[in-house]
Amino acid sequence: MAPGLIHSGHLLASGDEAVALAALDAGVRLGTGYPGTPSTEILEAFSLYGGQAQWAPNEKVALEVAIGVAYSGARALVTMKHVGLNVAADPLFTVAYTGVTGALVVVSADDPGMASSQNEQDNRRYAVAAGVPMLEPSDSQEAYDFTLLAIEVSERWGLPVLLRMTTRVCHSKSVIGTRGPAPPAPRARFERDIPGRVMIPAFARRAHRRLRGQLAGIEAWNEASGPNLRVHGSSRLGIVTSGISHVHAAEAAPEASILKLGMTYPIPMARIREFAGSVARCVVIEEGDPYLAEAIRAAGIAVESKPEMYRFGELNVGRVRRILAGDLSPESETPAGTPPCLCQGCPYRVVFQALRDLDCIVSGDIGCYSLGVLPPFEAMDTLVCMGAAVGVGLGMRHALPPEEARRVVSVIGDSTFVHSGITGMVEMAYNPPPSGHLLIILDNGTTAMTGLQEHPGTGRTLDHRATGRVRYDELARTLGIRRVHVLDPTRDPAGFRELVRQCLDSAELSLIVAERDCLLAAGKIRAYEKCEEPRA
Amino acid sequence: MPDRPVTNIVIAGLGGQGVLTASDVVAGAAFRAGFDVKKSEVHGMSQRGGSVASDVRFGGKVLSPMVPPGEADYLVLLDEGQLEANRGLLRPAGTLIHPALVRGVRLASKRSLNLALVGVLSARLDIPEQAWLEAIRAGLRQDLHPINLAAFLAGRALDTAPA
Repeated sequence: MAPGLIHSGHLLASGDEAVALAALDAGVRLGTGYPGTPSTEILEAFSLYGGQAQWAPNEKVALEVAIGVAYSGARALVTMKHVGLNVAADPLFTVAYTGVTGALVVVSADDPGMASSQNEQDNRRYAVAAGVPMLEPSDSQEAYDFTLLAIEVSERWGLPVLLRMTTRVCHSKSVIGTRGPAPPAPRARFERDIPGRVMIPAFARRAHRRLRGQLAGIEAWNEASGPNLRVHGSSRLGIVTSGISHVHAAEAAPEASILKLGMTYPIPMARIREFAGSVARCVVIEEGDPYLAEAIRAAGIAVESKPEMYRFGELNVGRVRRILAGDLSPESETPAGTPPCLCQGCPYRVVFQALRDLDCIVSGDIGCYSLGVLPPFEAMDTLVCMGAAVGVGLGMRHALPPEEARRVVSVIGDSTFVHSGITGMVEMAYNPPPSGHLLIILDNGTTAMTGLQEHPGTGRTLDHRATGRVRYDELARTLGIRRVHVLDPTRDPAGFRELVRQCLDSAELSLIVAERDCLLAAGKIRAYEKCEEPRA
Repeated sequence: MPDRPVTNIVIAGLGGQGVLTASDVVAGAAFRAGFDVKKSEVHGMSQRGGSVASDVRFGGKVLSPMVPPGEADYLVLLDEGQLEANRGLLRPAGTLIHPALVRGVRLASKRSLNLALVGVLSARLDIPEQAWLEAIRAGLRQDLHPINLAAFLAGRALDTAPA
């Protein structure tokens, strides 16, 4: 099923939908990933259009599954938000050495400005660090075209390709034309290649040299015929740009000459040198880190980079005009809108109220429940990354004086726990602090923050069909955690608070699974469960 | 129509009010009328009852998907409280469309306020009614069509000022 809006053979599609359409047209065998704004809709759309898509417990596992698909000669797509690539970085760096037989496209959806993230890291750095070619689309058409191109490049040079998107490319809708089915991939088959696939040092040394050779080949191709656009304009002002910054720059400076790079690693430095030499003033317009500007300057090409103040947040037409004008005056602050909050009736409200009443030191985590940090609860003291609630809480237990250590609680959502809290719980059982510890899993039966996705703890697949289910209580008992409580905190809020107090006083290891469906998901969950009942 | 100027619209409200549905309808209608269209918003934390704003731009050729500050021709507010946060987006001679304009309209559901205000907006834009109706039917679940089409048409009938 294709998306609804079709007019004169064109579609109005988001960048995420465009990637999914291209994956479908390219016959991608498997799409996998972990939900994360702004990447989530890619796999949902791919599944909706009829592709094989699945959620993995986390990005590392997703990438490993995708590597296996691509080792088998098939085409694989793996999607994640920028911070997800940190989790998947371990396999990324080494699959660059082994290469792939089929195609492997890794989508990193960055979030400059942090609309829904804990940092605004610029993942273009990963392409350089890992040695992985990188494409940066600037609208939905390019999201479609570059996904197909990423598959071509991946198959031609046998390397994974990073498709680096940003929030405004993922979530903006624009008009696209599609090309129909691409030539099919060869049939999947296992081909033994021990020195190429088994990265013991002796083979890895050879593989690293092979990688650098492949990158040199891609660089030459990118110089000669890469997806780089030259817009001829004034010889007084030239702009080197990529991704979403291109459309802002083209609007802010319609008179300028532009070199818009589609493949930003390996960088086509000869083209940039020639372009910079053809204009009186050459400015690099890019969002986030001065990634291009630093590399271009290191190559000895004189270009202007944006002032440091524009490293922060998203660019837009107004900010690009300011950069071009050299405007360093303070930017007017956008008036704050209404802040988000935990939904009225959210079961987590009871939990945060109890933690506040008991004056707990709360080691928190990533999800809707991060909103427990805001009024009226203000019941979260740390938030670092997915899964950190457990480890950070344990560390505080180890270091704080006993009267404070006793108040430390780790709070983590169900999807986040499966993503990377499980290893934290293993640590808790393995190195228990003298004061014990309390871990609370907020189990609302869905990945609520990103839009109600399934995960291994819900017992349903991406398309909501029944599958195996991870049981948090049984997992904890298996690890030797004896105090395990599973309950709905909303049934008896005072009793829940009392239970938390008892766990803290016990100086033992405790797990409370606070179980109650997300308000927004409850109706859907009931409908899925109904479908799962055996049919007569 | 490559030389047609770009029309800039910002729709703002609170999470759950249907800001994104409204902007989908506007973008869909402009697309069906043959314009180049871009639509942009930020999903995520904003969906938990916080402020949400969505930009729609259409014309002969649209570049940036975001309406530059001070260049919105129309600011459509689903919640009066969002004026302060979005006022700076509207151009000095721009048009503000807000809930008070449809105070006299009886809506079958409070949730169709978004479509009533899109109706008010539609009367000022050079997009055929058929394109609007198709966009609404394509963008909303079928059982919601009657009340939303009614809200749209009521809003559209209220204000027939030329664009």
